[in-house]
This record gives sequence, C-alpha cells and structure tokens, in this order.
Amino acid sequence: MPSSGYDAACLPDLLPLYYRRLFPFAQYHRWLNYGGVQKNYFQNREFSFTLKDDIYVRYQSFSTQTELEKEMLKMNPYKIDVGAIYSHRPNQHNTVKSGTFQALEKELVFDIDMTDYDDVRSCCSAAEICSKCWTLMTIAVHILDRALRDDFGFQHLLWVYSGRRGVHCWVCDEAARKLSVAARSAVAEYLSLVKGGDETVKKVVLTDPLHPFIRESLAVVERYFPQYALHEQEILSRKESVDKVLALVPEDILFLKELQQDFKNEMKPESRWKLVQDQATAKKGQHFEKEIMLQYCYPRLDVNVSKGVNHLLKSPFSVHPKTGRISVPMDLEELDTFDPLAVPTIRSATPLDKTETSLAKYVKYFDQFLDGLALSWKGELLKKSDLEKDF
Amino acid sequence: MQFSGRRRKVITSPQVELYGQALQFYGQPPLENMSLSEFESFAVDRLKLLKTIENLGVSYVKLSDDYKRKLDNESRNLNFPYRPDAVPDDRKSQVGPSEYEKRRKDHISHFILRLAYCQTEDLRRWFIQQEVDLFRYRFNGLQPKQKVEFLHKNNLQYDTISVEEKKTLQDKLVNSSHNVSGITVEDQDFYKVPFQDALDLVRTRKVYLKAGYVYIPHQDIVAIVLNDFRTRLSKALALTARSLPAVHSDERLQPLLNHLSHAYVGQDYSIQKNVGKISLEQIDSLSVKSFPLCMRQLHQALRDSHHLRHGGRMQYGLFLKGIGLSLEQALQFWRSEFIRGKVDADKFDKAYAYGIRHMFGKEGKRADYTPYSCMKVILSNLPSQGDHHGCPFRHSDPELLKQKLQFYKVSPSGISQILELVKGMHYQLACQKYFELTHSIEEASFSLNHPNQYFIESQRVLGGGKDIKREVGTPQRSQENSAARGSTTDREAAAAANAAKDLPEMTEDLDSFFQDA
Repeated sequence: MPSSGYDAACLPDLLPLYYRRLFPFAQYHRWLNYGGVQKNYFQNREFSFTLKDDIYVRYQSFSTQTELEKEMLKMNPYKIDVGAIYSHRPNQHNTVKSGTFQALEKELVFDIDMTDYDDVRSCCSAAEICSKCWTLMTIAVHILDRALRDDFGFQHLLWVYSGRRGVHCWVCDEAARKLSVAARSAVAEYLSLVKGGDETVKKVVLTDPLHPFIRESLAVVERYFPQYALHEQEILSRKESVDKVLALVPEDILFLKELQQDFKNEMKPESRWKLVQDQATAKKGQHFEKEIMLQYCYPRLDVNVSKGVNHLLKSPFSVHPKTGRISVPMDLEELDTFDPLAVPTIRSATPLDKTETSLAKYVKYFDQFLDGLALSWKGELLKKSDLEKDF
Repeated sequence: MQFSGRRRKVITSPQVELYGQALQFYGQPPLENMSLSEFESFAVDRLKLLKTIENLGVSYVKLSDDYKRKLDNESRNLNFPYRPDAVPDDRKSQVGPSEYEKRRKDHISHFILRLAYCQTEDLRRWFIQQEVDLFRYRFNGLQPKQKVEFLHKNNLQYDTISVEEKKTLQDKLVNSSHNVSGITVEDQDFYKVPFQDALDLVRTRKVYLKAGYVYIPHQDIVAIVLNDFRTRLSKALALTARSLPAVHSDERLQPLLNHLSHAYVGQDYSIQKNVGKISLEQIDSLSVKSFPLCMRQLHQALRDSHHLRHGGRMQYGLFLKGIGLSLEQALQFWRSEFIRGKVDADKFDKAYAYGIRHMFGKEGKRADYTPYSCMKVILSNLPSQGDHHGCPFRHSDPELLKQKLQFYKVSPSGISQILELVKGMHYQLACQKYFELTHSIEEASFSLNHPNQYFIESQRVLGGGKDIKREVGTPQRSQENSAARGSTTDREAAAAANAAKDLPEMTEDLDSFFQDA
C-alpha cells in the first residue's frame, strides 16, 4: 500500500481525538442493542481491545453506551474487536460456575482477505493492495451479497472495509445471529468454490449439472473478467502467466499444443481467451473456461472465521493500526467506485469543522442501515408487548 | 413410569387422541401403570423386532418388496402396528389385539428399550440405527396425505409448493440436484424446508435454495424427517442415561434391563449337553477347525504367551465351558498352560483357580455364568493394549485382520468379502462368512449370534450333517420360521407369566422355547 505519510506513532495522540469527536457511539450502541428486544443483549456482548504495546484484553463488556464511551476514552484501544453475546456479562465470566458461561448468539460474519488471492494476482502481494486487484473485492461483495440475500433470505447485511486489505460482512438478521456452528459452517461451505492450498494447482472443479448458485456467480465474474483479468492482470499476456492459465486446462496434449500454437499467432488477450472458450465449448461436459474464471476471480473466504459463534472480528469504525485507515461501512450502491485508498485515515478524518468530516458520509450510510434493521425489531417489540398486554 | 407390582391394570377408556396416528416420534413417554410381565414381554418383543430389522437390513435392500413383506410379517406376529391406515377404535374387524393395543405396545416398548440401550455409545448407536430403519419403513408405508399430516403434527412445518411455482422453478430444480429430473418435478410434490433443517444438502450444494428455503422433492423429504428423528432420539437417550441410577435402584427392573441390553434373543448355551465329551488334547485341533475367529485368536494367544488377562479368560473360559469342558478339565487346562509361563503352581491355585471355579458357579454367589453371545463380545468390555478378547471383526484393525485371515489361508476374494461386511459393521455376518469359507460351504444354514453356536454348527458340518433337528434351509427362512413360532409361544408364555414369575424363570421360558432339544 503506498505510503500515505502514516506512522503508528501518531496513534497515542490522535486516537483520543478520534474517540472523543468522531467515533459514532450513538449509532454503534443503536446497532448492538438491537432495539432492546432481548434483555441484556448489549450488556452481554464481548469486546476485546488491543492496547498500546500489543497488550490484548478480552471479555470486555459494558452496561450502557456511556460506560462504553468512558472506557474507550480511558483505555484508548488501538484495535477493537467484537465478539459474541454470552450467557452472562463477559467481564464477570470468572465469577460464573465453570461450564455455564457460553457464547449464545452473534452475527454471521465473513472475512475476505486479499492475501488469499496471492496466487492469482500479479500486481501486488501480501498486505499490499492497489486499484487493479481491488476489483477482486468488488466481485466478492457482489457475489456474496446476492447469494446471502437471494439464496439464504438474509436482509440486513453490513459490508465493512477492513482498513487494509479486505472486506468484512456482518449479517445482522435475527435468524443469522441465532445460527448454530453447524449451520454457519454449512453456509460458508455452500459459498465456497475455490478449494486447496499451495500444493493444489487446480482449485476449482465443476461438474454437471451446474447449480444455479454457480451460474449466478459466474454471471458476475463474466462482467468483470475481460477488464480485470485480461487487461489489468494480463493473465494471457506474458508467457509465465499464460503457462499458469493453461495449467488449469485438462491435459489433452493434442489440443493444448494446438492452443499454444494458436497463441503464437494471436497476441491480443481477448482473442486468446476466445480461443480457450472455443476449445471448451467444443468439448462436451467441459467447464474449464468457467473453472479458470472462477479460480482467478471467485471470492475466497476463510470458513473458520464464519463458523465460530465466539469468533472475534474487527469492529466497524475501529482504526487499523498498521494503516491508520478507519473500517468504514461500504454503500453497495457505490461499490464499483469504492476506493480503499481514499478512505479516511485517523489523521485525515480529524475534523476541521465539527459538522463536516470525511467520515460523515459513512456514518450516514450506517444510519440508513440501522433504520432498515430497526424495522425488523419494531415488529418484535410489538409482538412482545402484545403478549405482555402492555398497551 | 409407575410400576404397580404384579397387578394387571386394564385401560378402560380408549385414548384415541394419544394413539391417533400409527407413527410417532416418541416425544412423550407413556404415563400409565402396567404389570411387570407385560413390561417384560413388550420389551422382549420389540427387541425381537429390532433384531429382525437388523438382519433384514443386511440381507435385503431396505424398503424392497421382500424386505417390506418380511417386516410386515414380523410386525404382525409380534403384535406391532403394521397397517398405518387402520384407525385405533377398529377392534371389531380383527382377531387378536386391536390397532390401539398394538400402538400402545409400540409406544411403551420403545421407551423400555431406551432404558436398556442408553448406557453406552455402542448400545445407543445400535438402538438408534434399528429404530431409524423401523421408522423409515413405517413412514414409507404412509399415504402422501398422511405424510404431510405427520409432518405438521410434529412441528415440521414443511409445506408443498404449488404446481405453478414448480413450473416456474423447473430448470433451477433440475439443475440443483443429480436425482431431480424434469419428470421428478412433474410427478412429485416439492416441499419448502428452512435451510437450517437441511444443512447437509446446503453444505454440499445438492439442493435448490431460495430466500432461506430449500426445495426438496418428496422422495428426499424422508431423509430430512429421518435425520430429525435420529437427532431427537439421540438427545433423548443422552437424557435417559442421566436418570438411569434412579431406574436401576428399582430391583425389579435392573436385572431385566441388563438382560435386554446384553440379550440376543436365542439360546445362551448355559445348559451343557456335552460335558466331558471333549478331551483336552483335542482343543488345539478344534481351535483351528471349529472355533470362531475370536476363540481361535484367544487360544493362540494363550498358547503363545501362556497367559491371558481377565477379559480373555472370561470370554474364552466360558466358551470352553459351553463346548463341554468340565470344571476339572478346565482347571487342568488353564493350570498346565499358565505354569509354562511365569506363573507357578502355587500362584495359579491361589490367584486363578478361584476365578475358574467362579465361572462354573462353584464360588461366590454360585451363579452359573453363561458363555458370551456375539453381541456381548462385540459391545461390552472393549479390549485394550495387551488384550486378546473381543470380536476380531469389530476390534481388530482391518489391516491386521486381513493379515490374520491370510495367515489362516482364507482366499483373497473371501477376505475382501469379509472386509466389506466389516466396513458395513456387519460383524456377525463377517464371522458367518468366515465360517462358510473355512468349511467350504455355500451358505450357512444358521444366523450366527453366539460363539458356541458356531462351534456346534461347525461340528455338525464336519460330522457329516448328523444330529440335524432343524431343517436345512436359507438363513432367512429358518429365521422367519423361528420368529413365527416365537410369537405364539411367547404370547402363551406371557399369559402364563401373568401369574407372577421371576425374571430367571421368564428367560428360562424363552430359552427353552428356543432350544432345539
């Protein structure tokens, strides 16, 4: 990531300012309280803080928004993670009889990390990102958002930029929060198409019939593939990259040699890709051109992050200590123009004027998200009051 | 559940609500008084039914016509429900117990067996497997309307989708699953099931998923229901296990429950018919020719190390008693072998002789211990390092088993057949196959469930087939016959048992029925 003049040494000075003036405590509490439908929902939520000098404290919990504010200002956390809602207040877990302190509910979460794509991006590696490979995140969000809504019926999805090299998704529906470990893992596996580590060359294998989910995902990938893969990543331009792509084609020596020959005469990436596609359609039951597209573009998620009810994930609006960028919610209407390098940092977010900061539009978007979420718990509150005959 | 001792209580008011459906999830335990003898006979009958299910499940494809027919027969013979469309009040048109009484028996016997089979992982697994298969067979027998009714009554709020919606989704449904074709969509009802109830299908993406619901054809809804049944039963057994201490404190129940959980319904070879007919010198050759693999293994280990640990001594010692060794012979046998090892005569007399006398009922509470059945060998007392007891088909690592069979000169094709059966957890059938291969016969005329039975049958085959009181037929037929004979005599036995019988007497009745003598 290009240097933006950020130095972690500024954190001790800038964090207090950030927490005092910019961190949206009211919205944050509104979110995690979920309308107060369930008793002690906010109070039993675990937070963890990473403090200066890498001191890590777990099982933080707070009774009210005010207490949260006070503590955060006091402790000045470099990093904030959000965990599960437990059976008891996390900060009292030591007083609870052993075995009875349990994680009960949590949002269903997904973490897409750019490093998981290192084998298929040529512009950057490890923690770096640029506008070329960021498209992978765009594709990931489109595919997963569609699937979580259309296939699974979830409605309240909060997509958040992680602050460095990826995105997170928080599925906040009540049904999602109540999912078991087995169910979370099933959802994550349903959404997984790229399988295998360093030793696996071919990471996507498709068989007939192609499940509607795969077709829908392919449709998204196809929209971006020519620009992203052929032009920006140049996967069919240099010999090295071409070899990598052709390694994913089935070992029919005859037509592989044919392809390599044709490539000698055809330099334009689109034409080369067309040759690959033609070969695929010529052979019945072959999906290798789809497999190639998916291997280069389909979202790679870490099932372990999604599986655990008690998994701790970086909080929206927290600062990323290594980049200084703030984990901001992403407005999907503007997804295709989202620029991670333009996200406010703790330095640039510092207000010149109380009413307008670069963070404002993200907070506003968060408000809209919360309005939608509030509709769902309004219904719950009505039901409850009917039952209790509280008019 | 209350037990009113030996009094018989008659139910006067038919509880149509309670047994309104032929099939149930066994969510609610029975709440009535009943006699001990009915308690016992219900439990034994259900055990017979479950054992039949186990055997049929191996010999036939589940839900094939043969399977269903035989299971219908067995259910009828044991007075369990078998016609799902009969109404509980329908007493007039039938001879014998009414549908209501059959369902009551089904309900109560299930809960009794839960008490017996909740104690160990193996017992639970066996019980759940047979109950799931029984449930599958019964659910399959319901009419489509009854199936939907069953689903709704049991809080599985799965609705079917309209014909129009099916048409709209046709392509997607076909493309989501290997076993859904255009015809499937046209012919079958599709159910909308919340995805949380069909995780296996979702995880593997083998089903169409829309707005949080999976769309499952009728043929597959059974899998979901079965899974639900299995889960509920598994949880229930775990809970039952916790209340066992209270149940076991009732002296009337403990012996029966123990007997049930170790029982197999058949002969127990406690009454020795051939005492003294076998000489010690014959044992080595007999172990090769006529011993089942478990006993051959134990004998070999004894000869090799001149010692066996307690589990092995019990299993092998009782087996030897069953084949006809007298107490004197047994003492001589063990003593002479142990002395070759690290044990001197004195130590043997002090430490081991007592145990052998105990086995013959000459010490302690003078109980004449019965040789272990296959089920007992397979399920109880897992062997650990240094042990040689147990069932080789169950407890040996498949590679080691293979080597052993090769060493015992079993043909490669025979070995793979045996290993297939072991993989499917059909340990007794694997042993039976071993019998067939080592005796060079096509098909054993018996259904193996006791090591001493193996020995007797082996002697029979090697002796040229004399001493045949039972007709030589296919295993299934002889099983069916004995089952048919079983139920009538059993009913008589149960009726006689009304007049207050002890458990040992009751089991003796059963034993004497099953004996061929």
